[in-house]
Amino acid sequence: MKNVIVAAAENSARCVINNGFGQKIQKQFSRYKYLYLMAIPVILYYLIFCYLPMGGIVIAFKQYEIAKGIFASEWVGLKFFKEFFSGIYFWRIFKNTLLISFYDLLFSFPITIGFALLLNEIKAMRFKKIVQSVTYLPHFISMVVLCGMIVDFFGKDGVLTRFFMAFGGENVNYLGYAQYFRPLYIGTNIWQSVGWGSIIYLAALAGVDQELYEAAVVDGAGYLKQLWHITLPGIAQTIIVMLILRIGQLVSVGYEKIILLYNSGTFETADVISSYVYRMGLAHARYSFSTAVGLFQSVINLILLIAANTFSKRFSETSLF
Amino acid sequence: MVIKKSIGRRCFEVMNVLFMLFMMVITIYPFYYCITCSLSDSTQLIGARGLMLFPKGFSWAAYRAVIANPNIFSGYRNTILLVVVGTCLNLLFTSVAAFLLTRRGFALRKPLALFMIFTMYFSGGMIPGYLLINNYLNLGDSLWALILPGLISTYNMLIMRTNFEGIPTAITEAATIDGANDILILFRIILPLSIPTIAVMALFYGVGHWNSWFNAMLYIETRNKYPLQLILREILLLNSMESMMGDTSASDKFIMGESIKYATILVATIPVLFVYPFIQKYFVKGIMIGAVK
Repeated sequence: MKNVIVAAAENSARCVINNGFGQKIQKQFSRYKYLYLMAIPVILYYLIFCYLPMGGIVIAFKQYEIAKGIFASEWVGLKFFKEFFSGIYFWRIFKNTLLISFYDLLFSFPITIGFALLLNEIKAMRFKKIVQSVTYLPHFISMVVLCGMIVDFFGKDGVLTRFFMAFGGENVNYLGYAQYFRPLYIGTNIWQSVGWGSIIYLAALAGVDQELYEAAVVDGAGYLKQLWHITLPGIAQTIIVMLILRIGQLVSVGYEKIILLYNSGTFETADVISSYVYRMGLAHARYSFSTAVGLFQSVINLILLIAANTFSKRFSETSLF
Repeated sequence: MVIKKSIGRRCFEVMNVLFMLFMMVITIYPFYYCITCSLSDSTQLIGARGLMLFPKGFSWAAYRAVIANPNIFSGYRNTILLVVVGTCLNLLFTSVAAFLLTRRGFALRKPLALFMIFTMYFSGGMIPGYLLINNYLNLGDSLWALILPGLISTYNMLIMRTNFEGIPTAITEAATIDGANDILILFRIILPLSIPTIAVMALFYGVGHWNSWFNAMLYIETRNKYPLQLILREILLLNSMESMMGDTSASDKFIMGESIKYATILVATIPVLFVYPFIQKYFVKGIMIGAVK
């Protein structure tokens, strides 16, 4: 008898809990039914176009054949990774990717910050606005047009080739020589992105407390001291966040510009991981192999991003996540 | 309080202004050079190609050839369709996604944010994406292959979310009490209050579609479905001038080709240059908000 009562009590208690939870869910659904409705297409988009391709990475470990489909294709383990790491092109594309990325970071990053600092010193607002509008512009030019201009200007008899001839340069097609590829790539990158990249620092600079400068002037600090003790600390957080993001991209160089600019004569310095993935995967239809190469790149990027973020969190208390 | 500027400071300011003028010149000159070349007489252009300030001779022939070209025309048409349809869908989906992340009390808010943000840091990569679209969804050779994969840019979505969060909750709460549901709140209250951000997003997405060529190269096979940038690539980078000029002789082709290249660059770029000044004033606002978080 006692047992029955206890069991009944337990049962009813469970019911109450169930009801409470059930009611909560019901309430949540009825209250936010339109949000749930709106969430469906968004979730579907992310599932289909972002998460399904992530699942598709399994083909890196299979001998994918279109006719068989993903599931029926044979497992081959790490075969393609081994092939890639021991292949003759591994070091070339890995080195090219790192070098282009590193030089780009080394030059673009400080130049962009320097440009923002100099622009911030312009006190004539109208002039500053005009400079901004003009220098943002190249950011909006299409890659095809940009590369078309590069090929034309640095080609034989091109306008910049002629210009360099005045300083002892040769009249050659600069895009045909491996040793000129990196400077060309990075120089034109800077041309295209310095203005746009400076926006974020200008925004940070605008947020620095102006009273600090007035106090510094009263204390007799010169412009350089103000720069060192007020301006740079004021934008340090922005610089760190941008740096973390940039480091997270260290082993990826965008393929679009590379594919448009390189040719078999410049592969030696121009071919990077992403352009290699494109060539192997889409031109030669080696799907599994190129997926493996692509996965190698994403994983390293992810590791670098997390490492940079952790490092920054520990030493500067600034982090992305 | 007037502080007298030192001589060093004055020198710096003058140099700084000169430097900024220099920056503007090197930014603008390449475009200016294209303009002068496109308006030059092609025969004279071959001889002299240094840093030009004015066109050599004067002729509209290059523009006439570009406009008469059927590929350019169909490219323009396809690109405009892509920009209009693509951007509208981008804005719709992005604002809905951003809105979902701003509704307090909505149980999926945080998991959904994680679900979306994760895709910023890791992706399937080029090949699985290509196989999905081309072989499994069978979107090859259709406009949807260019629109659907990039429907929501998570980065833009986060900028939009930050903007929505800046709208006082008192306004939306009042609307809820008056009986407005979430769909109405988004379209009648939140979006009309976010016009500057939407303008910037429209520019980002619109220019992105206008400039895109890689996906079209992968997925579009039929020539008359090519967007403008693919046609441009043929003309500028693959040197197939044949597509430009019908039945002119070989030497004419070579001569005409030079100024046509520049005219093509401009015809493809002018629409962007035209829209840009109208939206440009919102930039700092739109991006700054996104940058803060």
